[in-house]
Amino acid sequence: MKAGPLRLAAVVIAVLLLAGGSLGYVLHARHRERPPQQAAADGSFTLDEPGLYFRDSATGRVARLPARGAPRVTDGPSCDRFYAAGERALCLRKLPGLPARTRALVLDRRLREVRGVTVPGIPNRARVSASGNLLSWTAFAVGDSYATSGFSTRTSVLDLRTGYLIKSIEDIPLTIGGARHHAPDVNYWGVTFARDDNRFYATVSTRGRTHLVEGDLRNWSAKALRENVECPSLSPDNTRIAFKKKVSGDPRAPWRLYVLDLAGMREHPLAEPHSVDDQAAWLDDSTVGYALPGRDGRASDIWSVPADGTGEPRLLAPGGSSPVAVR
Amino acid sequence: MYLATTGRTDAPPRTSGVGRRVPGTVLALGAVSLVTDVSSEMVTAVLPLYLVLGLGLSPLQFGFLDGMFNGATALVRLLGGRLADRGGRHKRVAGAGYLLSALSRLGLLLAGGATAGIATALAADRLGKGIRTAPRDALISLSGPPETLGRSFGVHRAMDTTGALLGPLAAFAVLQATADAYDAVFVVSFCVGLMGVLLLAVYVPAGSGTVPMPVTARPRTALRDPVFRRILYATALLGAATIGDSFLYLLLQRGLDLPTALFPLLPLGPAAGYLLLAVPVGRIADRMGRRLPFLLGHAALLGAYALLLAPIAWPTAVAVLALLGIFYAATDGVLMALAGPLLPVRGRAGGLAVLQTGQALARLLGAAGFGAAWTLWGQRPALWLAGIALTGALAAAWRVLPAPAREAS
Repeated sequence: MKAGPLRLAAVVIAVLLLAGGSLGYVLHARHRERPPQQAAADGSFTLDEPGLYFRDSATGRVARLPARGAPRVTDGPSCDRFYAAGERALCLRKLPGLPARTRALVLDRRLREVRGVTVPGIPNRARVSASGNLLSWTAFAVGDSYATSGFSTRTSVLDLRTGYLIKSIEDIPLTIGGARHHAPDVNYWGVTFARDDNRFYATVSTRGRTHLVEGDLRNWSAKALRENVECPSLSPDNTRIAFKKKVSGDPRAPWRLYVLDLAGMREHPLAEPHSVDDQAAWLDDSTVGYALPGRDGRASDIWSVPADGTGEPRLLAPGGSSPVAVR
Repeated sequence: MYLATTGRTDAPPRTSGVGRRVPGTVLALGAVSLVTDVSSEMVTAVLPLYLVLGLGLSPLQFGFLDGMFNGATALVRLLGGRLADRGGRHKRVAGAGYLLSALSRLGLLLAGGATAGIATALAADRLGKGIRTAPRDALISLSGPPETLGRSFGVHRAMDTTGALLGPLAAFAVLQATADAYDAVFVVSFCVGLMGVLLLAVYVPAGSGTVPMPVTARPRTALRDPVFRRILYATALLGAATIGDSFLYLLLQRGLDLPTALFPLLPLGPAAGYLLLAVPVGRIADRMGRRLPFLLGHAALLGAYALLLAPIAWPTAVAVLALLGIFYAATDGVLMALAGPLLPVRGRAGGLAVLQTGQALARLLGAAGFGAAWTLWGQRPALWLAGIALTGALAAAWRVLPAPAREAS
C-alpha cells in the first residue's frame, strides 16, 4: 500500500495515454478523405443512354459504361447497391450510424427520387421487374440473430401500381416438398421478378438449407422448387435462372455460377472458375454479368460469361459492382 | 485492497456479513469486466456492418464466421479453469484471457479484408473470453467470506451488464463522429480493452491466497463431490428446459407485430432489470440461502412462458421482459455463489468452469430442441412443451438441489 500514490499516478498516466490514443485516432479518421456518402446524381446523368450501369467502387456512385467503347461516366447517385429496369431504378444506401439502416430509393429514368423507404439492416440485394412496376430489396438484419446460423435477412417488395409495401415477405405461406412449412428461422433473399409482374423467384433458407422458391404475389403463396439455389436471376426471356450454387464447404470459395433451365429443370455450370457471391444480372439473353473480388487492390470487378456454359469470363468493368444492362 | 478483503481487526464481530463492505477485489474485477464489456460490445455492434458492408462478405459467410468458435469456447473454458487451479494462477490466466481479447481488436485492424485474418482475430477473442471466465469467477468467490458471495457476484454482474449496455453506445458515438470509420471503432476498442488489462494487473491481488481458507477442506475433485454433482445435475436439467432469449424476443415481436427497427432494443429490457436486481437479489440470497432464489428465478422464466401463451399486449410484453431480468438476476451470479463455497480452493476455477460449461451446453440443447419443436408442431405447442419441461425440471431440481443447511458448509 506504500506504493499507492505512485501506482495511482502510473495508472492515471496509462489511462490518459490510452484515451489520448483513442481520441487521436478518431480525430484522424474524422479528417481523412473519403468519398461523400449521400451524393445525388448530376442532372445530366440519366438512364436514357443505353449501356452497362454499375456502382463504381472508388467513388461509391453509379457509373455508366456506354456500349461503344466511350469512357466511363461516374456522375450517378451514391448507392451501395443498384439496379434498374423499365421506368424505374432502385438505389440502396446504407444510412450512417448504428443500428444499421438502409434507405431504399426508387428513382425514375432521370434518376430523380420518386419514393423512399427506410428499413433496418445492411443493403444486400436489389431488383426491379422488367416493367419497373415491382421492386424488391434485401437487407441483412443486424441484432436479431435468433436462428442458429447467426444472421437473418429481410426482403421487401414494393408494388408501385398500388403503392403497397410488403416490408418483409417472410410471412408468405410456404410449401416445401408439398407440405406447409412452419419454422421460426425462415429467411428470404435475392428476389427476381417474372415479366407478368406477379410471379417471382427467390432464395429461402430454413433449417440450414437453401431452396429456390417460386412465389405468387396475387395469391400470396410460395413453393420450394429445388434445393441449393441462391440469388436467382431470371433471364429476360423468362426461361432460365442464373444462380449461385454451393459446391464446397470451404468458406473461402463456396459458390459457383450455374444456369437452370426451367422447362426441364436441368442445370449446368458456367465457365467462371471462381467462387461468385453475387446476384447475377443478365446482360442479354445469352450473357450474365456479376461482381468478383477485385484485382490489384480494387474492391470488386465486374465480369461477364456466356450463359450456356461455353467460352470464358471477360472483364467488363474494373472497380465495379451491381451491374445492370440498361437498354 | 487487503483491508477490505480480510476484514478489519477492529471491526465488530461479524454477524451475518451483510452489512460489510464489498471486497475491493470484487470492485476491481467488476471494473475490469465493465471496461472489457464496453470494448467487446463495441466490436460486436459493428462487426456485421464491417464484414458485410465494409468487406462485402455475404450474410451466410458472416454467419459461418460468427458461429465458428462458439462450440470451442466451452472446451477452452474448462481448460482455463484447470490452468488457473494449478498453483493458484487465477490472476495470470484471467489476465492472459483479457489480453488476448484486447489484442484481437488489433488483429481485426491488421487483417484488412482477409477472411482468414478476421477468422483468426475472432478466434483469439473467443479463446480469451473462454479462458478468463472461470478464473475470474473463482477470484470473486475467493475474495470474501462465503456468506457475502451472493452480494459480491451481484455487484460484479451489475457492473458487467453496465459495460455491455455502454458498449454499443460507445460504438455509436465513434461511428457518428467519424462517418462510419470501422477501424476507429477497433482502435478505441483496443485501447479500452488494454485499460481493462491494466486495471486487472494493478488492482486485483494475485492468486487464491487472498483469503485464508483451509486448503484441505474438500480435497476431492469437484465431480467426485456428491453435493456439487447435484448442483450440476439440477443446473443442466433447468438449462435444457430454457428456450433461449432470442426465441422469447421473436415470440414477443410476432405477438406485438413490433416494427423491426425496434427489435434490437428488446434485449435492453432484461439487461436493465438484471442491472437493477443483481445486487438486491444477491443480498437476499446471502440471507436466505441461494437455493430458493435460484429456483424462483427459473419459476420467473416459467411465468414468462405462461404470459407468452396468452394474447400478447404491451403490458404482457413488459412483464415478460421484467421476468426475464429477474430470471438472470436470480440465477447467474447466484449459481456461482451457491456452488463456489462447496468447491475446494485448489479446484474452484475448474469446478466453476465445469458448472458454467454444463449450463451453457444444456441451454444450447434446450434452444435447439425448442427450434425443432417449433418447426414440427408450430409455435404454441412448442411453448406448451417448453412450459411443461420447465415445470418438470423445476420439480426435479427442487428434490435434487442440496438442502439449505448444507449449502455453505
